[in-house]
This record gives sequence, C-alpha cells and structure tokens, in this order.
Amino acid sequence: MKLKSIEELEDLRSGIIAKKDPNKTCIAVCGGPGCLARQCLEVRDAFVNEISAKGLADRVDIRTTGCHGFCESGPIALIFPQGIFYQKLGVKDAAEIVEETIMNDRIVDRLLYIDTGTGRRVKKEEDVPFYKKQMRLILRNNSRIDPHNLEDYLAIGGYSALAKVLDGMKPSQVIDEVKKSGLRGRGGGGFPTGRKWESTRDAIGDIKYVICNADEGDPGAFMDRSILEGNPHSVLEGMIIGAYAIGSNEGYVYVRNEYPLALKNVTIAIKQAREAGLLGENILGSEFSFDVKVNRGGGAFVCGESTALMASLEGKPGEPRAKYIHTSEKGLWDRPSNLNNVETWANVPLIINKSPEWYSAIGTGSSKGTKVFSLVGKINNTGLVEVPMGISLREIIYDIGGGIPGGKAFKAVQTGGPSGGCIPESLIDMPVDYEQLTKVGSMMGSGGMIVMDEDTCMVDLARYFTNFLQEESCGKCAPCREGLLRMGEILTDITEGRGRMEDLSLIEDLSGVLKDASLCGLGTTAANPVISTMRYFRDEYVAHIRDHKCPAGVCRELIIYGIDEESCTGCGRCLKNCPSGAIEGEKKQPHVLDTAKCIKCGICYDVCKFDAVRKG
Amino acid sequence: MTIDESRLDSIIDEYNAEQGSLISILQDVQAEYKYLPKVALEYVAKQLDIPRVQVFGVATFFKAFSLKPKGRQQIHVCMGTACHVRGSKKVLEEFERKLGIEAGGTTKDGEYTLETVNCVGACALGPVVVNNEEYHGQMTPIKVESLLKKA
Repeated sequence: MKLKSIEELEDLRSGIIAKKDPNKTCIAVCGGPGCLARQCLEVRDAFVNEISAKGLADRVDIRTTGCHGFCESGPIALIFPQGIFYQKLGVKDAAEIVEETIMNDRIVDRLLYIDTGTGRRVKKEEDVPFYKKQMRLILRNNSRIDPHNLEDYLAIGGYSALAKVLDGMKPSQVIDEVKKSGLRGRGGGGFPTGRKWESTRDAIGDIKYVICNADEGDPGAFMDRSILEGNPHSVLEGMIIGAYAIGSNEGYVYVRNEYPLALKNVTIAIKQAREAGLLGENILGSEFSFDVKVNRGGGAFVCGESTALMASLEGKPGEPRAKYIHTSEKGLWDRPSNLNNVETWANVPLIINKSPEWYSAIGTGSSKGTKVFSLVGKINNTGLVEVPMGISLREIIYDIGGGIPGGKAFKAVQTGGPSGGCIPESLIDMPVDYEQLTKVGSMMGSGGMIVMDEDTCMVDLARYFTNFLQEESCGKCAPCREGLLRMGEILTDITEGRGRMEDLSLIEDLSGVLKDASLCGLGTTAANPVISTMRYFRDEYVAHIRDHKCPAGVCRELIIYGIDEESCTGCGRCLKNCPSGAIEGEKKQPHVLDTAKCIKCGICYDVCKFDAVRKG
Repeated sequence: MTIDESRLDSIIDEYNAEQGSLISILQDVQAEYKYLPKVALEYVAKQLDIPRVQVFGVATFFKAFSLKPKGRQQIHVCMGTACHVRGSKKVLEEFERKLGIEAGGTTKDGEYTLETVNCVGACALGPVVVNNEEYHGQMTPIKVESLLKKA
C-alpha cells in the first residue's frame, strides 16, 4: 500500500507493533558473509524443518538476518526473547535447540560461547566479551530484522526520522542538525557530512544528485557490505533525508560487483520503499519527491574515489579527475552531487531521531559517534565491531578481539586500507579517532583493521599494498602509474635480497612525489603503508638489505628450508606432500631436504607435526 | 561467432538504452556469454550510439570484464589483506602449479579459470577460495588437490 501521509505511516507502524507479540519465540540465524560461507542456510533450513515437524510453526518465527558481527563463531543463532547466543552451529544442532530450548526452556550448554578469560560459558549475547565493549548503534538492528521485510524495519522505528524531517523541518534545519552532530564521512576522508550537504545545497543547478558509495574496495573490510545486506532501509532512509536537505530528486547506490547479496537486498528495499510511498513522487504526501537507482561497480578499486565513481556512473572508465572544482558543484553529469558512503548514510536517521546533542556526546573532540571496524587477520575474534570513537586500540584488539591466536606476539595493526598505515605495538594504547590515526601515519579509512603477529613481514606487507595499488591505479597520471611501478620494483628487490641501503632514501623521495603530484587520493596516499612501515620497522628493512634475512621468515628468496635430523621421525608427510620431489628418506629414518630442488613453497613446514622442518 | 541480437536488444531495452547504464549492460551481456564477445561489444556500441572506443575502454578498464572465454569452473583465490597475512599467496601458487596456469589464465581444456580477487568479505575464514560461488575457508596448499578433485 502507498502511504499518503505521516499519519498513515504511524498508523501502519502501530498496527505492525500491535500485531507482534514481543514474547514470541524467534530464532534469528545470522546470514552474514562469514556465516553464509559456513553453510548457515543449511542450519536455517534444519530449524525450519524441525519447527514444522514438531508442529511449532505458529509459535516460533525463524528469521534469516544480516551479519551479527562475530564471524569467528559462525554460524550463529540468537534465540529471542531471551537473547540466548548459540554459536558454531551445525545442521545437527537444530533439533537439539528446538527440543531443549524452544520446547523445554533449557539451555544447550555445549553450544554456548566459552569466555576465554574466565573459562565460563556465556548464555546471552550481551555478556559475550566480544560484544560487551562495543556500542552497536548501526549494527545492532542487523540481528533484530529480516532485511527483506519492511515491516520489521518499521517495527523498530524505521522511517520515523524521515517522518520527523518531513513533518515541518526545513532543509536548512536538517543540515544544521547533521552539522551539530559532528558526523564525518565514514568512507575515508572524514569530511564533515553537514558541510558537504550544505555545499551541494548551495551549489547552482536545478538537478542535484545524492549518491551512496557502496563500492567497498578495501581488502579486509566488509562493514558497508554488512550494513547494506543487513539493514538496507536504514541506508535508504539516510539518503532520502539527505536528498531532502540538499534539494535532490535523484539518487544512486553504487554497489560493488563482488557483493551480490548487498545488491539484491538494496534492490528489494528500494522496491518496497517505492511501493510504500517512501520513495517516488510526493513522499508521504509531501511536496518532496525522490527516487533511487542501483548501479553495479565493475571491480575497480579506484571507483571508491568520488570522481572516478561518478565517471563510472556515466558509463565511462572509472578515471578520476582533478578536483579544483568540487563534485558538490560539478559532479555526476556535471551537476551538483553529494556522495557519502553506506555507513555515513546509516548514521543519519539516528542523529535525527535521537538529537545531534546525544550523538555528539559519543566520541572525542572532533570525532563523534561510533565507527564500525572489520577486525581481521591474526586475531582470535574475527568479526565486525562497532565502537565509540576514542576507544583504545588495546581494548579493540584484546578485550573485544580476544588477542592474538597461537600464543604469538602482537606486532602491528594496519588501519585505513591500502592507503593507511601500520601502527606498532608501542602505540597500542592510543585512542582511535580521525586525528590520532593520521598523527601516527595511518588513517581511519573505511574501517579495515588488520592485525598482524610476529610472523608477518612488514616489508612484504608494504610490497603487497604497493602491488595492490599499482594494479588498481587507473594509469591516468604519471606519478601514480609510474611511481607505484618503481616503488614495487624497489620493494621486490629488497624482499628478494637485491636491496641497497640507498633504496631507503629513494623510497622516501618517491613517496614525496607520489604524495605531492598524484591526481587523486589513491596516489597521494599510496605511500602510506611503505612510509609507516619504514618509520616503525626500519630494522626489518635493514635486515633484508644488509643481512639478507627476513626476520619473520616470509620472504622466500631470503629463507632456506631444512630438516632437523633429531626431531624428524621419518613419518613421510613432508615427502608425500612435497611438490618438487626435494625430500628423500626411508620410512622411520630422518628425511633430507635437497635445497637445490626445493622451490620454497613451505608445504613441508606446514604439514610437519614434529616441528622438524626449519626455516632460516 | 554469431550472436543473438534479439537477446542483446532485450538487455539493452531493460536499461532503456541509457548510455550511463553501459557497465550494467555489459555485465548482463557477460552473464549471458561468460565473456564479452567482440561482436557483442560492437553491437552494444551501435545500439547505445556511443563510440566503440568507449565501449572497449570500459570493457578493458574494469576487472569484472573479460574479452576471453572463461573456464567452466572459476576458481577465485582471495588476496585480501586478511587472507594475505594468513598465507593466501602460497595457496595461489599451489593452484598455479596444480593447474599449470598462472592467475588470470584458463586451462587448455577450458575446464578451469584461475583468478585472484581482492576481498570477498569472508575474512574470518581466510585464506578463502571461492569456486563457482562456493566458499572454502582456512585453505592451505595441501587442501588444493582435494578441492580440485571435488570440483
């Protein structure tokens, strides 16, 4: 049905809430990327079959939701109304949960999370250490709604911020609220959102665009994917409010091609919003009209840059242009355009609903609200975490992330994606906000947080990011195109034992050129990973160059494998798995590795159960 | 090769032959043929009334597009940062050895295409390999052979 007024929206909402029994049992199965990869849909189907076999279909709802965040423990299911957190589920566990918890109100102990600190089993989600220190303003609703169900979103207060805005707020008031909240862009640059909106509103032109950047290209980051998959209406609501404030009637969502589920869910949400009169002509009976189109990206990292993204929306190769004229004046089709990323848009309804004062009370002096990070790499609790700005890295890595696996030592954390930097152990107590991250040579970026332990080689990592950016460089400007190529060559030389000490100053010079002379953000920030690793891990560079050693044992050309005669039991695992026939030996006799035949693939090292394969 | 122009027309019509929808149109064309045949690109250029050079520019700029036919099985090795620090390179190299092709290549029999992807967002499972949309987590070089056998 098409809602023709705010009253109709509120009537619909009251009707939905009245219809819902808050005490009805609901099994919310996480359908986020991590759980999907672990066959959570089969677990969900097992729940469906079990519930119907027991004749409980009327009493129990089963909901497939977006990402709950704790990917390490997937597949996850939450049992409402109690909020019981079951983890690492298999298909066979469904029957037991239905029998025990749903029918007899008993807990299945073996499926609870064990707190590694206390050794106790934890029953409720909010008591799991991973969630305890988080402040989940954006992500929390992911487990409370079915992303394909508009009614679910309305039941938790969805589109009430839009109603508030259309119920007498002037566009300038909306902009003032967003400015007062202190919200800054969550996509990378951290530009104040309210000011961006204001420039686009003030720009000359009848037709203006608002764009949602969902081309999340940073490797190791999946925040925007999870928001768009799990709560697409919150992003749309933010965009509609933004469009009203800016004076735009047309919007685009630019979704990364590798995210088919995000694409599907946002497309469904747009259709639903249109049918409900929340998008289209005269939204909720007002004078304001706005509609949104979805475009798929083509798999180019550079399209996260605003002008490249807009070129791609025009059907052209995603090459950026110089921004002496801002996109707020001349963007898509040369018209005023406002681009924000998914997480930024999702913050808007919160600010309008709860007040800018409430929002700006969270965070630090110049970084307000919460930030979603994808905490990945060498960390026990991999997942999506949402924390207030200003929390320390230590709290994120140890209290929420549960520390480093396998008793290894923490070495560094990389934030800000390929344009960010590495932060060493000595700075682990620093507060996380825009300014502090920049100060230590990294950046907020979109929120990737990759944890590294003693086995990560920082020179290899710098080379990895440089090669990544070199491949993704669009090639339009020479400093980025040629500079990254040469930077990659120098770093490859160092990791392969051909480095010279003077390369270090050459890298610094080259970094300066990249920073000063590149056309867009990809190039100007491209040297960050190299500069920050040289700043904090110079000794590793020196070890590679002067001693021809890779202290972390990663760079292949600088390590030699061998078998320790005393530890080798002659089990034959290495011999069987060696792809180059470099290992010989009789059964139950110590084996020998022929370094001339060895291709240094490391398989023998990985398969040996007796630590007999050594690298040095 | 010959192409079904009516099928291309229906894709183009879906986007009202808008020039701005070129990328989406090419994506749908690629979904149809598993790659972008040259004649199809020429036809799209003609129907959208844009220079062929722009269509080829877009088709070669974006990673999502291929001008060569792909294998029946598409193996994507995730090279995102989380997978990288957990050893995805070794996994990729083992695929290259086992299949006798480099990343980006297709086996002679047309069975496998081996590709890298920058992040599939399943970082908890890293290193991840996606084979025909099926995710394989915690990959190691020794798991490569059994994955290929299953595939």
